[in-house]
Amino acid sequence: MTKIKELNKSTRNNIITLGIILVFYVLCQILIAAGVMSNLMQGLLVPLCYYSILAVSLNLTVGILGELSLGHAGFMCIGAFTGAFFTRCTEDSIPNVFIRYTIAVLIGAIFAALFGGLIGVVVLRLRGDYLAIVTLAFGEIVKNIINALYIGIDEKGFHISLQDASNLKMAEGGDIIVNGAKGITGTSRDTTFTIAILLLILVYVIIVNLINSRSGRAIMAIRDNRIAAESVGIDITRFKLLAFTISAAMAGVAGVLYSHNISSLVATPKNFGYNMSIMILVFVVLGGVGNIRGSIIAAVILTLLPEYLRFLADYRMLIYAIVLIVMMIFNWNPACITWRKNHSFKDILQSVFKNKKEEAKASGKEEA
Amino acid sequence: MEMLTVKNLGISFGGLRAVDSFNITIEKGELYGLIGPNGAGKTTAFNLLTGVYKPDTGVITLDGKNITGLSTIEINKAGIARTFQNIRLFRALSVLDNVKIGLHNDYKYSTLAGILRLPSYRRIEKQMNEKAMDILKVFDLDKEAHLLSANLPYGKQRKLEIARALATNPKLLLLDEPAAGMNPSETDELMKTITLIRKKYDVTILLIEHDMKLVAGICEKIFVLNFGTELANGLPGDVLNNPEVVKAYLGE
Repeated sequence: MTKIKELNKSTRNNIITLGIILVFYVLCQILIAAGVMSNLMQGLLVPLCYYSILAVSLNLTVGILGELSLGHAGFMCIGAFTGAFFTRCTEDSIPNVFIRYTIAVLIGAIFAALFGGLIGVVVLRLRGDYLAIVTLAFGEIVKNIINALYIGIDEKGFHISLQDASNLKMAEGGDIIVNGAKGITGTSRDTTFTIAILLLILVYVIIVNLINSRSGRAIMAIRDNRIAAESVGIDITRFKLLAFTISAAMAGVAGVLYSHNISSLVATPKNFGYNMSIMILVFVVLGGVGNIRGSIIAAVILTLLPEYLRFLADYRMLIYAIVLIVMMIFNWNPACITWRKNHSFKDILQSVFKNKKEEAKASGKEEA
Repeated sequence: MEMLTVKNLGISFGGLRAVDSFNITIEKGELYGLIGPNGAGKTTAFNLLTGVYKPDTGVITLDGKNITGLSTIEINKAGIARTFQNIRLFRALSVLDNVKIGLHNDYKYSTLAGILRLPSYRRIEKQMNEKAMDILKVFDLDKEAHLLSANLPYGKQRKLEIARALATNPKLLLLDEPAAGMNPSETDELMKTITLIRKKYDVTILLIEHDMKLVAGICEKIFVLNFGTELANGLPGDVLNNPEVVKAYLGE
């Protein structure tokens, strides 16, 4: 106990968050083993993880770097397609799922990072609304290009076309891997809840360690005061780009998880469009901008909520909106903040223990 | 030995010549005061020296090295650090982290070492903490090290800004109205601190100030700027009694 107290606040917070994730994992495994968990819930476990990863990674851009990006679904899309493409091509040549999956995750992350870096070099000169608009457009462009992309393979190698499948001019027996708007089909569904949790923990540790290091401090310095950061010799462009790239790479990881959780991967407005980017932003804003644990909690609650409100049929999105507003008020209203301070869980626990101690003391005295 | 030599420095904003033929030579270890009425171009001169604005004319030499036209970052690395007239702290970060950001370029480890928590991370973070606490002790801020910098009282925020600038290990420190908004006792304390850091860190100081008690009390030389040009330059006794200076400040 004293050892935990000695650690600084951020380290303690991280251990608590990791603890929560692990407890959640163990709890789910027990429920599954006991056969209590519904199929609906079991199907949601992996989405919970990739939404959490997306929320955590976007929080790096929005909360830590302080720039508004609306193109996060675009990076997820790149990760999803490059990862699935790799798996689809190597299913026969690399039979070991673990190795194949690891490489797929790396490829997804690297390609998303590459695009993040490329876009970053161009757009990080912009700030605020302008950056948001450009990243939004980027996300849409990625989605639309992938919808028009055809890639096939035959004995001569890869064929790429942006028109239609017949334009690939493949030899007999060629295999179309990316089939335009029909996407990538037939990828093996390798993602399991365990893999998803492990990747969530990995992404969480990477981002939290980054924040609490020299580079992270530089990134936050830029957010807090750009002019002052420059005056103490911090290279603004470099660290902005670093944060943006890492954020994109992590979104790519979430994309790989996503694409290996479904059997046919298609880029639609629903999964990689503007709405998705906004939804990730909602997770970040409601969880608290800059609050990494909050991002995960918000992602979990707001993913489960619409599913469990299905019995309300058409009213469920109405309730969803009300919950968003209530959460916002609960998080930021000064009166609510004071109320939470006065009624904090920690204080209640402490007062309960205190009473017990005093009772014990009192009874001890009586006995004497 | 000359620490800073500025020759014929000037900049125009449209038709306004904000600073014109600005010449100053500061010897190593000197404490120079830059004064002048409001709008005289004092802060513009600071912005020129630190690369925020690029000068139209003139040459700036720091410790024998020509730094004219370099970026703010390069000028900081060359050895000029500054504070701001309106305090610019990293408000959401702790007092300690503010100073550690000042140490950014002197204590390095890679981003990867930070993410993977390699031994170099632990070793250098430890050195950074020690160094930052040393600096904070000089400013009597060590007890507040883990507070958010935005929660410090005003006078301490000003001190923290100086501490952060000092952490970049500068040869020349530019202070833009360090005593602005301070009460007399805070100003007295600030004067003591400035004298102390000058000795301890062997740093040359150029400061802008309106508080004549502070200027006359600690500055060894004073430069008076009016309408972007030199009005007087020399020892405090001579400059402050110069009728031209009195006229510029108080009117006729």
